[in-house]
Amino acid sequence: MNEFWNWDLAFEALPRLLTSFLTVTLLVTVVSTAIAAVLGLVLAILRMSLPKPLAMILKFIIDFIRMTPIVVQLIFAYFAFTNITPLTIGIIIFGIHYATYMAEVYRAGIESVPKGQWEATTALSMSRTRTWVAVIIPQAVRATVPALGNYAISMFKETPFLLMIGVVEMVQAGLIFGGNNFKYIEAITLAGVIFLLASYPTSLLIGRLEKRLAFKH
Amino acid sequence: MDSNIEALVAALPRVLDGVWITIQLTLGGAALAMVIAVIFGILARSSRTLVRGFARTVIEFFRGTSLVVQIFWFFFVLPQLGVELHPMAAGILALGLNYGAYAAEVVRGSINSVPTGQWEATTALSMTRAQRMRRVIFPQAWALMIPSLTNLLIHLLKGTAVVGTITITDLTFRLDSLQRDTNTFFAYGLGLVIYFVLAYILTLIMNALEVQAKHRLGRGESLKEALSLRSPDTGVEAGEAAKS
Repeated sequence: MNEFWNWDLAFEALPRLLTSFLTVTLLVTVVSTAIAAVLGLVLAILRMSLPKPLAMILKFIIDFIRMTPIVVQLIFAYFAFTNITPLTIGIIIFGIHYATYMAEVYRAGIESVPKGQWEATTALSMSRTRTWVAVIIPQAVRATVPALGNYAISMFKETPFLLMIGVVEMVQAGLIFGGNNFKYIEAITLAGVIFLLASYPTSLLIGRLEKRLAFKH
Repeated sequence: MDSNIEALVAALPRVLDGVWITIQLTLGGAALAMVIAVIFGILARSSRTLVRGFARTVIEFFRGTSLVVQIFWFFFVLPQLGVELHPMAAGILALGLNYGAYAAEVVRGSINSVPTGQWEATTALSMTRAQRMRRVIFPQAWALMIPSLTNLLIHLLKGTAVVGTITITDLTFRLDSLQRDTNTFFAYGLGLVIYFVLAYILTLIMNALEVQAKHRLGRGESLKEALSLRSPDTGVEAGEAAKS
Protein backbone atom coordinates (compact mmCIF):
# COMPACT_ATOMS: atom_id res chain seq x y z
CA MET A 1 0.00 0.00 0.00
CA ASN A 2 1.15 3.46 -0.84
CA GLU A 3 1.76 5.34 2.41
CA PHE A 4 1.34 8.81 0.98
CA TRP A 5 -1.69 8.54 -1.24
CA ASN A 6 -4.07 5.58 -1.42
CA TRP A 7 -6.05 5.50 -4.68
CA ASP A 8 -8.52 2.90 -3.37
CA LEU A 9 -9.38 5.17 -0.50
CA ALA A 10 -9.63 8.13 -2.86
CA PHE A 11 -12.09 6.30 -5.13
CA GLU A 12 -14.08 5.23 -2.10
CA ALA A 13 -14.25 8.81 -0.81
CA LEU A 14 -15.16 10.43 -4.12
CA PRO A 15 -18.84 9.35 -4.40
CA ARG A 16 -19.51 10.46 -0.81
CA LEU A 17 -17.94 13.83 -1.45
CA LEU A 18 -19.85 14.31 -4.69
CA THR A 19 -23.14 13.35 -3.05
CA SER A 20 -22.81 15.96 -0.32
CA PHE A 21 -21.45 18.38 -2.92
CA LEU A 22 -24.66 18.08 -4.95
CA THR A 23 -27.16 17.82 -2.10
CA VAL A 24 -25.72 20.49 0.20
CA THR A 25 -22.90 22.61 -1.24
CA LEU A 26 -24.51 23.34 -4.60
CA LEU A 27 -28.01 23.57 -3.16
CA VAL A 28 -26.97 26.17 -0.61
CA THR A 29 -24.95 28.12 -3.18
CA VAL A 30 -27.79 28.29 -5.71
CA VAL A 31 -30.69 29.03 -3.35
CA SER A 32 -28.73 31.48 -1.18
CA THR A 33 -27.47 33.33 -4.26
CA ALA A 34 -31.06 33.70 -5.42
CA ILE A 35 -32.06 35.05 -1.99
CA ALA A 36 -29.07 37.41 -1.94
CA ALA A 37 -29.86 38.69 -5.45
CA VAL A 38 -33.47 39.55 -4.60
CA LEU A 39 -33.06 40.65 -0.97
CA GLY A 40 -29.98 42.70 -1.86
CA LEU A 41 -32.00 44.67 -4.41
CA VAL A 42 -34.81 45.21 -1.91
CA LEU A 43 -32.32 46.47 0.69
CA ALA A 44 -30.67 48.79 -1.82
CA ILE A 45 -33.99 50.29 -2.92
CA LEU A 46 -35.20 50.64 0.67
CA ARG A 47 -32.00 52.42 1.62
CA MET A 48 -32.54 54.94 -1.14
CA SER A 49 -36.25 55.50 -0.68
CA LEU A 50 -36.86 55.28 3.07
CA PRO A 51 -36.96 58.49 5.14
CA LYS A 52 -33.48 59.45 6.33
CA PRO A 53 -33.54 58.20 9.97
CA LEU A 54 -34.90 54.80 8.91
CA ALA A 55 -32.40 54.60 6.05
CA MET A 56 -29.57 55.23 8.51
CA ILE A 57 -30.81 52.49 10.81
CA LEU A 58 -31.03 50.14 7.83
CA LYS A 59 -27.48 51.09 6.79
CA PHE A 60 -26.23 50.31 10.28
CA ILE A 61 -27.93 46.91 10.26
CA ILE A 62 -26.46 46.13 6.83
CA ASP A 63 -22.98 47.18 7.97
CA PHE A 64 -23.33 45.16 11.16
CA ILE A 65 -24.21 41.98 9.28
CA ARG A 66 -21.51 42.62 6.70
CA MET A 67 -18.75 43.22 9.23
CA THR A 68 -19.43 40.29 11.56
CA PRO A 69 -18.48 36.67 10.87
CA ILE A 70 -21.02 34.52 9.07
CA VAL A 71 -19.84 31.65 11.29
CA VAL A 72 -21.07 33.42 14.42
CA GLN A 73 -24.32 34.38 12.67
CA LEU A 74 -24.85 30.73 11.71
CA ILE A 75 -24.27 29.46 15.24
CA PHE A 76 -26.44 32.24 16.68
CA ALA A 77 -29.36 31.37 14.38
CA TYR A 78 -28.81 27.67 14.95
CA PHE A 79 -29.33 28.05 18.71
CA ALA A 80 -32.02 30.72 18.41
CA PHE A 81 -34.27 28.83 15.98
CA THR A 82 -34.17 25.24 17.17
CA ASN A 83 -37.33 24.38 15.23
CA ILE A 84 -35.68 25.03 11.84
CA THR A 85 -33.32 22.50 10.29
CA PRO A 86 -29.63 23.49 10.20
CA LEU A 87 -29.60 23.28 6.40
CA THR A 88 -32.48 25.76 6.11
CA ILE A 89 -30.78 28.05 8.62
CA GLY A 90 -27.62 27.85 6.55
CA ILE A 91 -29.46 28.77 3.36
CA ILE A 92 -31.21 31.73 4.99
CA ILE A 93 -28.13 33.09 6.78
CA PHE A 94 -25.94 32.79 3.68
CA GLY A 95 -28.70 34.50 1.71
CA ILE A 96 -29.01 37.39 4.18
CA HIS A 97 -25.26 37.79 4.67
CA TYR A 98 -24.55 38.01 0.96
CA ALA A 99 -27.62 40.21 0.42
CA THR A 100 -25.82 42.86 2.47
CA TYR A 101 -22.86 42.64 0.06
CA MET A 102 -25.15 42.74 -2.93
CA ALA A 103 -27.01 45.77 -1.55
CA GLU A 104 -23.78 47.78 -1.90
CA VAL A 105 -23.29 46.55 -5.47
CA TYR A 106 -26.86 47.42 -6.44
CA ARG A 107 -26.55 50.82 -4.80
CA ALA A 108 -23.53 51.60 -6.96
CA GLY A 109 -25.47 50.30 -9.97
CA ILE A 110 -28.49 52.47 -9.18
CA GLU A 111 -26.31 55.53 -8.63
CA SER A 112 -24.66 54.97 -12.01
CA VAL A 113 -28.01 55.39 -13.80
CA PRO A 114 -27.83 58.89 -15.33
CA LYS A 115 -29.84 61.62 -13.66
CA GLY A 116 -31.62 62.32 -16.93
CA GLN A 117 -33.38 58.96 -16.64
CA TRP A 118 -34.95 59.99 -13.33
CA GLU A 119 -35.94 63.36 -14.75
CA ALA A 120 -37.46 61.66 -17.77
CA THR A 121 -39.70 59.52 -15.55
CA THR A 122 -40.86 62.67 -13.80
CA ALA A 123 -41.50 64.33 -17.13
CA LEU A 124 -43.58 61.31 -18.16
CA SER A 125 -45.29 61.42 -14.73
CA MET A 126 -44.52 57.78 -14.10
CA SER A 127 -45.43 56.36 -10.73
CA ARG A 128 -42.65 55.61 -8.26
CA THR A 129 -43.07 51.85 -8.71
CA ARG A 130 -43.07 52.10 -12.48
CA THR A 131 -39.97 54.31 -12.38
CA TRP A 132 -38.07 51.65 -10.47
CA VAL A 133 -39.40 48.61 -12.29
CA ALA A 134 -39.46 49.87 -15.87
CA VAL A 135 -36.58 52.34 -15.96
CA ILE A 136 -34.07 52.27 -13.10
CA ILE A 137 -33.71 48.59 -12.13
CA PRO A 138 -33.21 47.23 -15.67
CA GLN A 139 -30.37 49.69 -16.25
CA ALA A 140 -28.87 49.32 -12.78
CA VAL A 141 -28.87 45.54 -12.55
CA ARG A 142 -27.14 44.80 -15.85
CA ALA A 143 -23.69 45.84 -14.67
CA THR A 144 -24.10 44.02 -11.35
CA VAL A 145 -24.34 40.52 -12.84
CA PRO A 146 -20.58 39.81 -12.71
CA ALA A 147 -20.42 40.94 -9.06
CA LEU A 148 -23.28 38.60 -8.21
CA GLY A 149 -21.39 35.79 -9.90
CA ASN A 150 -18.22 36.54 -7.96
CA TYR A 151 -20.14 36.59 -4.70
CA ALA A 152 -21.75 33.27 -5.63
CA ILE A 153 -18.25 31.81 -6.02
CA SER A 154 -17.03 33.13 -2.69
CA MET A 155 -20.22 31.88 -1.04
CA PHE A 156 -19.58 28.50 -2.67
CA LYS A 157 -16.15 28.39 -1.07
CA GLU A 158 -17.56 29.47 2.29
CA THR A 159 -20.20 26.72 2.45
CA PRO A 160 -17.85 24.56 4.61
CA PHE A 161 -18.62 27.02 7.43
CA LEU A 162 -21.89 25.05 7.65
CA LEU A 163 -20.03 22.26 9.41
CA MET A 164 -19.99 24.55 12.45
CA ILE A 165 -23.74 23.93 12.80
CA GLY A 166 -23.57 20.22 12.05
CA VAL A 167 -24.51 20.26 8.37
CA VAL A 168 -22.67 17.51 6.49
CA GLU A 169 -21.46 19.44 3.49
CA MET A 170 -18.58 18.26 1.34
CA VAL A 171 -15.68 19.06 3.69
CA GLN A 172 -17.46 17.62 6.71
CA ALA A 173 -18.20 14.48 4.67
CA GLY A 174 -14.48 14.33 3.90
CA LEU A 175 -13.58 14.76 7.58
CA ILE A 176 -15.96 11.98 8.61
CA PHE A 177 -14.56 9.70 5.93
CA GLY A 178 -11.00 10.56 6.96
CA GLY A 179 -11.78 9.95 10.61
CA ASN A 180 -13.31 6.54 9.88
CA ASN A 181 -10.25 5.47 7.89
CA PHE A 182 -7.64 7.17 10.07
CA LYS A 183 -6.34 8.88 6.96
CA TYR A 184 -7.33 12.38 5.90
CA ILE A 185 -5.18 13.21 2.92
CA GLU A 186 -7.32 11.66 0.17
CA ALA A 187 -10.73 13.00 1.19
CA ILE A 188 -9.61 16.50 2.17
CA THR A 189 -7.36 16.93 -0.85
CA LEU A 190 -10.17 15.77 -3.14
CA ALA A 191 -12.56 18.22 -1.51
CA GLY A 192 -10.08 21.01 -2.27
CA VAL A 193 -9.67 19.80 -5.85
CA ILE A 194 -13.43 19.74 -6.37
CA PHE A 195 -13.69 23.32 -5.09
CA LEU A 196 -10.92 24.38 -7.43
CA LEU A 197 -12.35 22.54 -10.45
CA ALA A 198 -15.77 24.09 -9.91
CA SER A 199 -14.76 27.64 -9.00
CA TYR A 200 -11.85 28.40 -11.33
CA PRO A 201 -13.64 27.85 -14.69
CA THR A 202 -16.68 29.72 -13.34
CA SER A 203 -14.56 32.69 -12.36
CA LEU A 204 -12.98 32.73 -15.84
CA LEU A 205 -16.46 32.77 -17.39
CA ILE A 206 -17.52 35.62 -15.14
CA GLY A 207 -14.38 37.52 -16.10
CA ARG A 208 -15.35 37.19 -19.77
CA LEU A 209 -18.92 38.21 -19.05
CA GLU A 210 -17.63 41.25 -17.20
CA LYS A 211 -15.55 42.31 -20.21
CA ARG A 212 -18.47 41.85 -22.57
CA LEU A 213 -20.90 43.82 -20.42
CA ALA A 214 -18.36 46.59 -19.92
CA PHE A 215 -17.70 46.78 -23.65
CA LYS A 216 -21.28 47.50 -24.62
CA HIS A 217 -21.66 50.33 -22.17
CA MET B 1 -30.23 40.10 33.13
CA ASP B 2 -28.29 40.61 36.37
CA SER B 3 -27.36 36.97 36.40
CA ASN B 4 -26.16 37.36 32.81
CA ILE B 5 -23.88 40.21 33.84
CA GLU B 6 -22.56 38.14 36.75
CA ALA B 7 -21.91 35.21 34.43
CA LEU B 8 -20.19 37.55 32.00
CA VAL B 9 -17.96 39.00 34.72
CA ALA B 10 -17.04 35.47 35.76
CA ALA B 11 -16.36 34.45 32.18
CA LEU B 12 -14.64 37.70 31.21
CA PRO B 13 -11.03 36.49 31.49
CA ARG B 14 -11.80 33.58 29.16
CA VAL B 15 -13.73 35.77 26.70
CA LEU B 16 -10.90 38.31 26.63
CA ASP B 17 -8.46 35.46 26.15
CA GLY B 18 -10.51 34.44 23.12
CA VAL B 19 -10.53 38.02 21.81
CA TRP B 20 -6.74 38.13 22.14
CA ILE B 21 -6.38 34.86 20.21
CA THR B 22 -8.69 36.19 17.49
CA ILE B 23 -6.55 39.35 17.28
CA GLN B 24 -3.35 37.28 17.08
CA LEU B 25 -4.80 35.16 14.29
CA THR B 26 -5.97 38.26 12.42
CA LEU B 27 -2.71 40.16 12.71
CA GLY B 28 -0.54 37.09 12.13
CA GLY B 29 -2.61 36.05 9.14
CA ALA B 30 -2.61 39.60 7.77
CA ALA B 31 1.19 39.93 8.14
CA LEU B 32 1.78 36.64 6.32
CA ALA B 33 -0.85 37.53 3.71
CA MET B 34 0.85 40.86 3.02
CA VAL B 35 4.25 39.23 2.49
CA ILE B 36 2.73 36.65 0.14
CA ALA B 37 0.67 39.30 -1.64
CA VAL B 38 3.68 41.51 -2.39
CA ILE B 39 5.88 38.61 -3.52
CA PHE B 40 3.29 36.94 -5.73
CA GLY B 41 1.70 40.19 -6.86
CA ILE B 42 5.05 41.28 -8.25
CA LEU B 43 5.94 37.82 -9.63
CA ALA B 44 2.59 37.65 -11.42
CA ARG B 45 3.66 40.70 -13.47
CA SER B 46 6.92 39.11 -14.58
CA SER B 47 7.64 39.11 -18.29
CA ARG B 48 9.01 35.57 -18.01
CA THR B 49 6.27 33.06 -18.72
CA LEU B 50 7.62 30.49 -16.30
CA VAL B 51 7.74 32.90 -13.35
CA ARG B 52 4.35 34.35 -14.18
CA GLY B 53 2.87 30.88 -14.63
CA PHE B 54 4.22 29.78 -11.26
CA ALA B 55 2.80 32.84 -9.51
CA ARG B 56 -0.58 32.47 -11.22
CA THR B 57 -0.77 28.78 -10.28
CA VAL B 58 -0.06 29.48 -6.62
CA ILE B 59 -2.53 32.38 -6.54
CA GLU B 60 -5.36 30.46 -8.25
CA PHE B 61 -4.67 27.38 -6.13
CA PHE B 62 -5.02 29.14 -2.80
CA ARG B 63 -7.93 31.27 -3.99
CA GLY B 64 -9.79 28.32 -5.41
CA THR B 65 -9.54 25.57 -2.82
CA SER B 66 -11.51 27.15 0.03
CA LEU B 67 -10.14 28.46 3.33
CA VAL B 68 -11.66 25.69 5.43
CA VAL B 69 -10.13 22.96 3.26
CA GLN B 70 -6.73 24.61 3.67
CA ILE B 71 -7.10 24.90 7.44
CA PHE B 72 -8.00 21.23 7.70
CA TRP B 73 -5.24 20.26 5.32
CA PHE B 74 -2.63 21.94 7.51
CA PHE B 75 -4.18 20.58 10.68
CA PHE B 76 -5.24 16.99 9.76
CA VAL B 77 -3.19 16.03 6.72
CA LEU B 78 0.24 17.52 7.42
CA PRO B 79 0.72 15.55 10.68
CA GLN B 80 0.05 12.35 8.72
CA LEU B 81 2.83 13.39 6.36
CA GLY B 82 5.11 13.84 9.34
CA VAL B 83 4.83 17.62 9.82
CA GLU B 84 3.30 18.59 13.16
CA LEU B 85 2.11 22.18 13.30
CA HIS B 86 0.86 24.03 16.36
CA PRO B 87 -2.86 24.73 15.74
CA MET B 88 -2.18 28.49 15.80
CA ALA B 89 0.54 28.01 13.19
CA ALA B 90 -1.81 25.95 11.02
CA GLY B 91 -4.50 28.63 11.38
CA ILE B 92 -2.21 31.55 10.59
CA LEU B 93 -0.63 29.67 7.69
CA ALA B 94 -4.01 28.87 6.10
CA LEU B 95 -5.40 32.40 6.66
CA GLY B 96 -2.21 34.00 5.38
CA LEU B 97 -1.98 31.85 2.25
CA ASN B 98 -5.68 32.10 1.40
CA TYR B 99 -6.09 35.85 1.88
CA GLY B 100 -2.55 36.45 0.63
CA ALA B 101 -3.57 34.94 -2.70
CA TYR B 102 -6.55 37.30 -2.91
CA ALA B 103 -4.39 40.24 -1.88
CA ALA B 104 -1.75 39.32 -4.49
CA GLU B 105 -4.35 40.10 -7.14
CA VAL B 106 -4.97 43.47 -5.49
CA VAL B 107 -1.23 44.22 -5.39
CA ARG B 108 -0.81 43.19 -9.03
CA GLY B 109 -3.79 45.27 -10.16
CA SER B 110 -2.67 48.34 -8.21
CA ILE B 111 0.89 48.18 -9.57
CA ASN B 112 -0.57 47.92 -13.07
CA SER B 113 -2.69 51.02 -12.44
CA VAL B 114 0.30 53.26 -11.73
CA PRO B 115 0.44 55.58 -14.78
CA THR B 116 2.94 54.71 -17.54
CA GLY B 117 4.56 58.13 -17.23
CA GLN B 118 5.81 57.18 -13.78
CA TRP B 119 7.53 54.07 -15.17
CA GLU B 120 9.05 56.05 -18.02
CA ALA B 121 10.29 58.70 -15.60
CA THR B 122 12.23 56.10 -13.62
CA THR B 123 13.89 54.96 -16.84
CA ALA B 124 14.75 58.56 -17.68
CA LEU B 125 16.34 58.86 -14.24
CA SER B 126 18.14 55.52 -14.86
CA MET B 127 16.87 54.03 -11.63
CA THR B 128 17.48 50.35 -10.96
CA ARG B 129 14.48 48.03 -10.92
CA ALA B 130 14.59 47.82 -7.13
CA GLN B 131 14.74 51.59 -6.78
CA ARG B 132 11.91 51.99 -9.24
CA MET B 133 9.65 49.65 -7.28
CA ARG B 134 10.61 50.83 -3.82
CA ARG B 135 10.76 54.58 -4.35
CA VAL B 136 8.32 55.34 -7.16
CA ILE B 137 5.88 52.59 -8.10
CA PHE B 138 5.06 50.85 -4.84
CA PRO B 139 4.27 53.97 -2.78
CA GLN B 140 1.74 55.00 -5.42
CA ALA B 141 0.33 51.48 -5.77
CA TRP B 142 0.10 51.24 -1.97
CA ALA B 143 -2.25 54.21 -1.80
CA LEU B 144 -4.41 52.60 -4.49
CA MET B 145 -4.56 49.15 -2.89
CA ILE B 146 -5.47 50.11 0.69
CA PRO B 147 -9.29 50.22 0.22
CA SER B 148 -9.32 46.68 -1.24
CA LEU B 149 -6.89 45.45 1.41
CA THR B 150 -9.20 46.86 4.08
CA ASN B 151 -12.03 44.70 2.70
CA LEU B 152 -9.81 41.64 2.70
CA LEU B 153 -8.64 42.35 6.24
CA ILE B 154 -12.24 42.40 7.46
CA HIS B 155 -12.86 39.14 5.58
CA LEU B 156 -9.79 37.66 7.24
CA LEU B 157 -11.02 38.71 10.68
CA LYS B 158 -14.36 37.08 9.95
CA GLY B 159 -12.62 34.01 8.55
CA THR B 160 -10.80 33.42 11.85
CA ALA B 161 -14.11 32.44 13.47
CA VAL B 162 -13.81 28.95 11.99
CA VAL B 163 -10.61 27.96 13.83
CA GLY B 164 -12.55 26.49 16.73
CA THR B 165 -12.73 23.36 14.57
CA ILE B 166 -8.97 22.87 14.92
CA THR B 167 -8.97 23.17 18.73
CA ILE B 168 -8.10 26.88 18.89
CA THR B 169 -9.99 28.62 21.71
CA ASP B 170 -10.77 31.84 19.87
CA LEU B 171 -13.58 34.30 20.61
CA THR B 172 -16.25 32.23 18.81
CA PHE B 173 -15.22 29.14 20.77
CA ARG B 174 -15.50 31.04 24.07
CA LEU B 175 -18.99 32.28 23.19
CA ASP B 176 -20.24 28.72 23.27
CA SER B 177 -19.24 28.29 26.91
CA LEU B 178 -20.55 31.77 27.78
CA GLN B 179 -23.86 30.73 26.27
CA ARG B 180 -24.21 27.89 28.75
CA ASP B 181 -23.99 30.33 31.68
CA THR B 182 -26.18 32.99 30.09
CA ASN B 183 -28.33 32.54 26.99
CA THR B 184 -27.97 32.41 23.24
CA PHE B 185 -28.99 36.01 22.56
CA PHE B 186 -26.75 37.46 25.23
CA ALA B 187 -23.66 35.42 24.39
CA TYR B 188 -23.78 35.58 20.60
CA GLY B 189 -25.16 39.11 20.56
CA LEU B 190 -22.17 40.17 22.61
CA GLY B 191 -19.87 38.15 20.36
CA LEU B 192 -21.19 39.83 17.23
CA VAL B 193 -20.74 43.26 18.82
CA ILE B 194 -17.13 42.43 19.76
CA TYR B 195 -16.37 41.31 16.20
CA PHE B 196 -18.05 44.45 14.85
CA VAL B 197 -15.95 46.67 17.10
CA LEU B 198 -12.77 44.85 16.07
CA ALA B 199 -13.70 45.23 12.40
CA TYR B 200 -14.49 48.90 12.92
CA ILE B 201 -11.14 49.56 14.63
CA LEU B 202 -9.31 47.80 11.80
CA THR B 203 -11.22 49.91 9.27
CA LEU B 204 -10.28 53.13 11.09
CA ILE B 205 -6.62 52.14 11.19
CA MET B 206 -6.65 51.31 7.48
CA ASN B 207 -8.39 54.60 6.66
CA ALA B 208 -5.70 56.41 8.62
CA LEU B 209 -3.04 54.52 6.66
CA GLU B 210 -4.71 55.58 3.42
CA VAL B 211 -4.76 59.24 4.41
CA GLN B 212 -1.11 58.94 5.38
CA ALA B 213 -0.16 57.14 2.15
CA LYS B 214 -1.83 59.81 0.01
CA HIS B 215 -0.36 62.59 2.12
CA ARG B 216 3.12 61.19 1.51
CA LEU B 217 2.53 61.30 -2.22
CA GLY B 218 1.73 64.98 -1.84
CA ARG B 219 -1.63 64.49 -3.47
CA GLY B 220 -2.98 67.83 -2.33
CA GLU B 221 -5.12 66.61 0.57
CA SER B 222 -4.73 69.13 3.27
CA LEU B 223 -5.98 67.73 6.55
CA LYS B 224 -9.19 69.66 6.27
CA GLU B 225 -10.07 68.13 2.93
CA ALA B 226 -9.32 64.64 4.17
CA LEU B 227 -11.62 65.27 7.11
CA SER B 228 -14.50 66.60 5.08
CA LEU B 229 -14.37 63.62 2.75
CA ARG B 230 -15.05 61.08 5.48
CA SER B 231 -17.17 62.90 7.94
CA PRO B 232 -18.43 59.96 10.06
CA ASP B 233 -15.09 58.58 11.27
CA THR B 234 -12.75 61.52 11.35
CA GLY B 235 -11.52 61.33 14.94
CA VAL B 236 -8.81 58.73 14.57
CA GLU B 237 -7.78 59.82 11.11
CA ALA B 238 -7.30 63.38 12.19
CA GLY B 239 -4.99 62.22 14.96
CA GLU B 240 -3.12 59.80 12.73
CA ALA B 241 -2.76 62.19 9.84
CA ALA B 242 -1.54 64.96 12.12
CA LYS B 243 1.33 62.74 13.22
CA SER B 244 2.51 61.99 9.71
